[in-house]
Amino acid sequence: MAKVELTKHLYAFFPDLEGKQIVVDASTVAEVVDEMEKIAPGFAFYVCDELGRLRRHVNIFVEEEMIADRQRLSDRLDVNSRVFIMQALSGG
Amino acid sequence: MSDRILVGTRKGTFLVHDRNGRWRPSLAGHEGAGVNFVTSDSHSGTLWAALGHGHWGAKLSRSTDNGETWSDANQIKYPQGARYLGMAMPSEDDEGEGFPSTFTLKDATVLKLWTIAFGQAGRIYVGTIPGGLFVSDDGGETFELNRPLWNHESRGGDLFEGEGSGHTHWFGTPASEAGEFAPGIHSIVVDPRDPDRVLVAVSTAGVLETRDGGKSWRSRNQGMLMDYLPDPSAEWGHDPHSVVICRGDPDHLWQQNHCGVFYSSDGAETWKKVSKPEAGVHFGFPVAADARDGKTAWVVPGRSDMQRTTVDGGLFVARTEDGGESWEALRKGLPQENAYDVVYRHALDASGDNLAFGSTTGNLYVSEDRGESWTTVANNLPPIYSVRFG
Repeated sequence: MAKVELTKHLYAFFPDLEGKQIVVDASTVAEVVDEMEKIAPGFAFYVCDELGRLRRHVNIFVEEEMIADRQRLSDRLDVNSRVFIMQALSGG
Repeated sequence: MSDRILVGTRKGTFLVHDRNGRWRPSLAGHEGAGVNFVTSDSHSGTLWAALGHGHWGAKLSRSTDNGETWSDANQIKYPQGARYLGMAMPSEDDEGEGFPSTFTLKDATVLKLWTIAFGQAGRIYVGTIPGGLFVSDDGGETFELNRPLWNHESRGGDLFEGEGSGHTHWFGTPASEAGEFAPGIHSIVVDPRDPDRVLVAVSTAGVLETRDGGKSWRSRNQGMLMDYLPDPSAEWGHDPHSVVICRGDPDHLWQQNHCGVFYSSDGAETWKKVSKPEAGVHFGFPVAADARDGKTAWVVPGRSDMQRTTVDGGLFVARTEDGGESWEALRKGLPQENAYDVVYRHALDASGDNLAFGSTTGNLYVSEDRGESWTTVANNLPPIYSVRFG
């Protein structure tokens, strides 16, 4: 199981997620995104492109470590890992 | 003649209504998001917006209540296996000199939703970077990539099935959300007499036409001239900035190109350069065609392709009423000192006697007399990407 925490900016697009404790059954980061898509249809295409790659200005952390595999999100999770889906510091 | 203007900006969608003779803008959604294009489907009344979220990618948004609320549409995605030939740019790690001699195969993902157009009831077109035309026949519930255009021989053939010719005549534009250099479809023109006849304009390749509803495409660049390739009249490599049609006289088309203003009176069979550099009419991005008179059009000229500013700091719209033989500079009501407005390709539109345009400096101008005089509607909007009546 993984506990998922989101940047509050994603609540603008998925308001039903705001204030919820999100816990998903996943052993990799890719599975987290798949589970989030089930909970909030359309979510995956916000954080990944159509090839499943993490978008350039999105970061995912497992505990305090940024994931290493931005292409396939194969980074593995421990039991009860906390997964943070953040936006990068970019924009204007 | 529409009394509503839809404005896409770098920071949201604005609607501008004519209230008792005064045009008033108001934020209508997508606050903080880039809105490349916003338009109205006259068949359904649905508003469509092409968004470019800086972090979250390109998204298609729609409103069925005139902008009161917006929701994500089913998103446009390139199908698995869609690839294109892109130019390989040299990196600091490259050894040797000059450009690599081969193109690079790239997997296609949506880099930008750039323009939206409507055909017969239920048909919606979306032009994208890297050069895919997406088509819906169910009112926007689902979209499919038009494969005959994607697989066109001019861009290397069918790369779904194999390696193609290995050569593309479609170059690129840096207009994608992240600045990646790739081809883009920014103009989609549907013949009002025949919805199976559609023209698209590609930066940077040129104009292509289908007459069979998208099953086959051919170039429509005869007469086009460019000044940045060794052969100025080559079939491909042109940089149309905007292509529009006269809806009441559809054999008349206008093209504001990187290399001048071009006009066709034979349905894009041939183009004729009608720039008048001595009158300041040559470079620019948008062009608007009159709805009835095929010989009347408006452009917003800029200075050359190097500066890309107004001419001498004075903003004007140029109008021709004789098929580009002559141009009149229309300045009344527009700033003539220290004005450096740049007007993007989708940011000028005409509806009856009304015209409107917006600039990257957040200024929005409206004329109700075919451009003779102008009123400033807003000065402090975000950078304006698109202006459409509807």
